[in-house]
Amino acid sequence: MNHAQAATQFIKDEARTDWHDKALWFVRYKRDIQTKKVPEWEQLRELASQIKANVLSELDSYLIQFEENALKNGVHVHWAKDAHEHNDIILNILKAKGVRKMVKSKSMLTEECHLNPYLIQNGIDVIDTDLGERIIQLRDETPSHIVLPAIHLKKEDVGETFYKYLGSEKGASDPKYLTEVARGHLREQFLTADAALTGVNFAVAETGGFVVCTNEGNADLGAHLAPIHIASMGMEKLIPRQSDLGVFLRLLARNATGQPITTYSSHFLKPNNGQEMHIVIVDNGRSEQLGREDFRKSLYCIRCGACMNTCPVYRRSGGHSYSYTVPGPIGSILSPGIDLKKHSSMPFASTLCGSCTDVCPVKIDIHHQLYKWRQIIAKEGDFPLSKKIMMKVMGFMLSHPKFYRFAGKMARTALPIMPRFMLYNNLNAWGKEREIPQAPKQSFREWYLKNRE
Amino acid sequence: MKVGLFVPCYIDQFYPQIAVATLQLLEKHGCEVGFPLNQSCCGQPMANSGCESDSKATAKLFVENFKEFDYIVGAAPSCVGFVQEHYDIIPQTEEVKHVREKIYDITEFLLDILKIEKIDAKFPYKVGLHQSCHAQRGMRMAQSSEINGPAFSKQRQILEMVEGLQFIELDRTDECCGFGGTFCVSEDAVSAKMGKDRVADHERNGAEVITGGDVSCLMHLEGVIRRQNKNIKMVHLVEILNNTSPTP
Repeated sequence: MNHAQAATQFIKDEARTDWHDKALWFVRYKRDIQTKKVPEWEQLRELASQIKANVLSELDSYLIQFEENALKNGVHVHWAKDAHEHNDIILNILKAKGVRKMVKSKSMLTEECHLNPYLIQNGIDVIDTDLGERIIQLRDETPSHIVLPAIHLKKEDVGETFYKYLGSEKGASDPKYLTEVARGHLREQFLTADAALTGVNFAVAETGGFVVCTNEGNADLGAHLAPIHIASMGMEKLIPRQSDLGVFLRLLARNATGQPITTYSSHFLKPNNGQEMHIVIVDNGRSEQLGREDFRKSLYCIRCGACMNTCPVYRRSGGHSYSYTVPGPIGSILSPGIDLKKHSSMPFASTLCGSCTDVCPVKIDIHHQLYKWRQIIAKEGDFPLSKKIMMKVMGFMLSHPKFYRFAGKMARTALPIMPRFMLYNNLNAWGKEREIPQAPKQSFREWYLKNRE
Repeated sequence: MKVGLFVPCYIDQFYPQIAVATLQLLEKHGCEVGFPLNQSCCGQPMANSGCESDSKATAKLFVENFKEFDYIVGAAPSCVGFVQEHYDIIPQTEEVKHVREKIYDITEFLLDILKIEKIDAKFPYKVGLHQSCHAQRGMRMAQSSEINGPAFSKQRQILEMVEGLQFIELDRTDECCGFGGTFCVSEDAVSAKMGKDRVADHERNGAEVITGGDVSCLMHLEGVIRRQNKNIKMVHLVEILNNTSPTP
């Protein structure tokens, strides 16, 4: 199913679409209030963008510096060229220690690599401990948003899920009650886990340390209780200096959820006594994207999710209407580089309104990249032949004014006399919910010739 | 000052009164206006659909039509912006560079080139302004709500010169209307939903008239309004500025 088809399904429930749109717009609204309290907000964005530009231009040396420092801190460093290697490295670490249960805090990278199903197939019990992630894990769904993974669900849906899987009261929808149910359930998991996995929001080259941002403290609980802490990190997550956190931590939560800072910004440097700490640095297509000049900037992304909250198309079609793990505008410029044919409809799921670009905390030119991917997809991707032909015909007509005028005249003559059933039917996508413009008797050119020449 | 009147294809075929208003407005403000008879379109529809190369011939025709003028003016930021931003698809001759540099949307031309300070027009109605994304985030004719900076809007600034015109304020000041070129048919469900939501925002806040600078947005919103039999008029801002607007 392409994006347009999935979106059509989503919109069929218009009341729910309105609810989804409003829920995400509210996050955007909170973001606006919070960011406008910072007078130097635009300077912070510019600074963050420049730091990321520097990181990407010197990525090889920053990665080596980071590895050296992490090793000095007593951390094991692993390199994974793709999702399979990433999953395999983690399975091997777990197997070597006889781990049976692992708790995980939120990590979009492990979603991207489909780590959970891989480990479960290999006999490891994997428990997501971020509340939203746990809800969708119980429901066997994928996240519909990178920061708010269960934003497609209402509290009633969560009550139903907890009743089914965690034995809570039937019909419960009180958020406080449901949170307590989740808390009780997750405590048990934290206490019985043999390993913990976290993502990485920022990895600091000069120290070899890394920072994980959560609102629930679940990364800390997992990482401090379990004897093994594994951190999965995309190789673009580096920042050069500890002091750069002063830029990025100010931007991230404000832009993501409208909080001044995430409730927990957990800094990890070295393993606790008796504990093992591993970092898996993952490429999985990032080097290739780095080599694409027009799309390199997509790797600046700090995964705040603001482009989803602001996107009028995302808000009205839901994260599951996109074919890639990362949905919305940023997903639509990352995914074609992963699989051009599979994700061909994603860059077209946009009006190119540009709100994503203006909201981006690291100034990725998202809508310009969408435009550029479209050019590539029309040539090499899964692009409908009918559309290709139509564009050729339009290109011919509009560059041959006599044909253009003839077609215009035909349309203006035909429209007023055509019976309604011929104009408004399944072939006319415009006309399903909109009227066709009323055709005037004469074009402007005709008026001009009559009145001015 | 010789000004070439650029009449985008939608306006030419479906909204000729907007081109008439643009022409009269320019003449009222002392411009010598020519209308190249062999023009068609800027070429944007194909390019936004991923087929930039199918736009090249149309772009060349555009330059051929307008190369002799001191300025080129159209009442459509989206089309004007396309010429400015995307005419790098054809070789950058002096003529192409000239056209890209000297093309203006009517609002910017009146304010920034002619530097007009008053308009002889009256429109005593409650008006909602739909600022198109291309005007706002493309050409930066208004501050976008995402950016932390001083608020401004050139379209609003010029409409404020009209006697009696009363702005209504929207809940979402700059949400896209959902037209988006071929998006309006390839993603018709989302497109129509966005259009309905945009109209509802204007209606909720008491607009008798919706105006804007881009005909593509207005055509889309008008399609929704007529289907839903709403009592809201849709007019282009040049019709208001030229005092030839239909009234609610």
